[in-house]
Amino acid sequence: MTKSFPGVLANDHVNLSIASGEIHALLGENGAGKSTLVKMIYGILRPDQGQIKWKGNTVEITNPAFARSLGVAMVFQHFSLFDSLTVFENIVLGMDASTDTSKLRSEIEDISTRYGLPLDANRHVYTLSVGERQRIEIIRCLLQHPSLLVMDEPTSVLTPQEVEKLFETLNRLADEGMAILYISHKLDEIKALCHHATILRGGKVVDSVQVETETPSSLAAKMMGESLATSNLGQQGEPGEIRLQVSGLGVLAMDEFSIPLKNITFEVRSGEILGVAGVAGNGQDELLKALSGETLTADLSAIQIDGKPCGGKGPNARRMLGMSTIPEERLGHGAVPGMSLVDNGLLTAFQRLEFLTGGFIVRGASELFAQEVVHRFNVKSHGIEAVASSLSGGNLQKFIVGREICQKPELLVVSQPTWGVDAGAAQTIHEALRQLASEGTAVVVISQDLDELMKISDRIAAICAGELSQTYSAADVTIEQIGLMMAGAHSVGEITEKVNAI
Amino acid sequence: MLFKLTKRPEPSRAMVFVSPLIALGLTLLSGIVLFQIMGVNPGQALYAFFVEPLTSKYGWGELGVKATPLVLIAVALSIGFRAGVWNIGAEGQLTLGAICGGGIALWLYQVDSIFVLPLMVVCGIAGGMLWAAIPAFLRTRFNANEILTSLMLTYVATLFLSVLVHGPWRDPDGFNFPESRIFSDAATLPLILDGTRLHLGWIFALVVVASAWILMARTIIGFQIKVVGEAPAAGRYAGFSVNKVIWFALMMSGGAAGLAGLVEVSGPIGQLLPSISPGYGFTAIIVAFVGRLHPVGVLLAGLLLALSYLGGESAQISLNLPLAVTGVFQGMLLFFLLACDVLIQYRIVPANTKSTAS
Repeated sequence: MTKSFPGVLANDHVNLSIASGEIHALLGENGAGKSTLVKMIYGILRPDQGQIKWKGNTVEITNPAFARSLGVAMVFQHFSLFDSLTVFENIVLGMDASTDTSKLRSEIEDISTRYGLPLDANRHVYTLSVGERQRIEIIRCLLQHPSLLVMDEPTSVLTPQEVEKLFETLNRLADEGMAILYISHKLDEIKALCHHATILRGGKVVDSVQVETETPSSLAAKMMGESLATSNLGQQGEPGEIRLQVSGLGVLAMDEFSIPLKNITFEVRSGEILGVAGVAGNGQDELLKALSGETLTADLSAIQIDGKPCGGKGPNARRMLGMSTIPEERLGHGAVPGMSLVDNGLLTAFQRLEFLTGGFIVRGASELFAQEVVHRFNVKSHGIEAVASSLSGGNLQKFIVGREICQKPELLVVSQPTWGVDAGAAQTIHEALRQLASEGTAVVVISQDLDELMKISDRIAAICAGELSQTYSAADVTIEQIGLMMAGAHSVGEITEKVNAI
Repeated sequence: MLFKLTKRPEPSRAMVFVSPLIALGLTLLSGIVLFQIMGVNPGQALYAFFVEPLTSKYGWGELGVKATPLVLIAVALSIGFRAGVWNIGAEGQLTLGAICGGGIALWLYQVDSIFVLPLMVVCGIAGGMLWAAIPAFLRTRFNANEILTSLMLTYVATLFLSVLVHGPWRDPDGFNFPESRIFSDAATLPLILDGTRLHLGWIFALVVVASAWILMARTIIGFQIKVVGEAPAAGRYAGFSVNKVIWFALMMSGGAAGLAGLVEVSGPIGQLLPSISPGYGFTAIIVAFVGRLHPVGVLLAGLLLALSYLGGESAQISLNLPLAVTGVFQGMLLFFLLACDVLIQYRIVPANTKSTAS
């Protein structure tokens, strides 16, 4: 199967086959092409090339309704349920008009007892937990008696207990002969559940393996790519004094979708780059917000900049102490979409660079600053009055990174610096970060891209479920070891134990 | 031939100015149809509505009198709307401003001092702020929607005024009519144009327009308001407090509405009545949007909507049209404006040609 979008080849001659009774993992990082492939199977997207064979016959799946009639069912990551209706009403809404509702009720009961999906059909959806809502979606699918069930990252919203229950259900379904395509980037889950795995990277199948014969670390290596850039830009001279000291940092979850941070401890010295690896959604956002001052911590000395406790200081107080931060989300967080580059420059620089006199904005100075950023980082735009949302992702990122670097921070925390950025812009950003470190700034880079971290960091740690591993010199760790730390191991010693156990 | 909308690559700057004019044109067209249905000569009716009020100096003065509360309130509301704070209860804040400022006038009705009026102004502003502080507190403390709380408080305020003028503040020499005493000269706003009713409040309105313009265009407070309104997460990242912006927006719009209320009772009305406003607080919402949430735009829009009030009265007198026509005109104007705003982000293309964007 091949599918391209403007600018990207999302799927490049991807082959995949799945037998009945098999739980097949589709493994890959964000943007590897998993969703595209699945959408073609479910008829949401049409392939540019390639064919789908269903039980031996070539079929053209033109729309989801046709996919359902073939026997393909899909549970999406985001549920489509009406909160104010009951479970039963939600299921009826998804059915054909001709369905006999009285029979449906007994059928739902039958399925929910047979597959261990306890659910009270008369409850209103808004009273249910996320796990219970997912059960509705699964029952909805099972009512169609599918022979292939596709699940898109089903565990990303579930608690460990709910995950266990889900796995029981899936195993039972597979035992009865259903084929299950299971999409995930969580290695331990795949190891525990799946029989077979197809690994995608950059739109291509890199390998198709029996899960039994693999270890989580070998899967990680295949998922992330072993082609390690050997040109480590790191380590130029000895690091200096401690700039940022984080000790026992804990932050409670703000809502059900955020990750609590637990006992995070690390320090960054002047002149070095610390890389923080991790799969998305493991607390990176929360960590960045705690460091930037968007989230304040009760323990004031959990974060110290140059030895000064900063837990209760807001973003601007920290900027005055020399810290700059760059969040992952560019539009809406790092920059205001509808505002000009001048105003977006002002956004974080007004205090440190003194663009205000008595509460009034000095236009000239802020325009010069925007001009400097655009010029130094070669930002392509229609001048400094262009609105942020009119820039391409790479150019906007160059502007944001440039805006912080041009303020000459002594400490820079940056999240996903090159996410979705073309190779040229990525190169510019990497060099700028390295240059900054060589001038004595302490830099923290939070990234999902292991290649990037190996290339620019002096030391590396990994974040998993809100906990940070120990830090290691980038020269001393292998990509497999980091992969395992990303899966929850805290130290190299523990990795060895785990490897032995497997 | 069918048409469809396609998204523009960038919002059209020209349309920001043109869309209110298109809306005005459509309103006039619909007005012609409306008058035709009502059996009135549309030419005559539109003349009575939009031209006749401005044929005399007195008429221009009246335009300023009607525009004063609209502009005062709408300028402040538009700043709140830019911050994403939807204060719908300006009518209530106006009423409280009138109660507090007017209360001072009744309390000091025998005092003849130049300090009476300034004190009334301060108390009027404070009253409006107090009424807006309730939704601000509920929003920042309990995350209660300010649209609902401020709107509901409007009814509380108008009924409170009614209780006062029917009870304790009723004029002892007023033959039991539900009205307060007539304010003393010291408590009445001076007129600024001979032969008209145009009063000092109009100067207040112009000062507020100018200050709001400077605030939004040149100060860090205005910048914070725009950032928080458009991208709250970016606001937090920049270190701006969303709660402070909410408080600021509500205090400012409450204060301005309170001032407008005081200006009404101490200017054209001259006493407290059970009803002191023909819905200025609500019409100001239309004014704010017709004026593109920009202080100067609001000034022009305020004059336009004031004209619709005057036109309604003159059409009532000269053509026997019902007063409801004013409301219909105002409603149509906002309706068409919101519809035309789609042209800022989108453009119309024939449905059979493929758009170049995809």
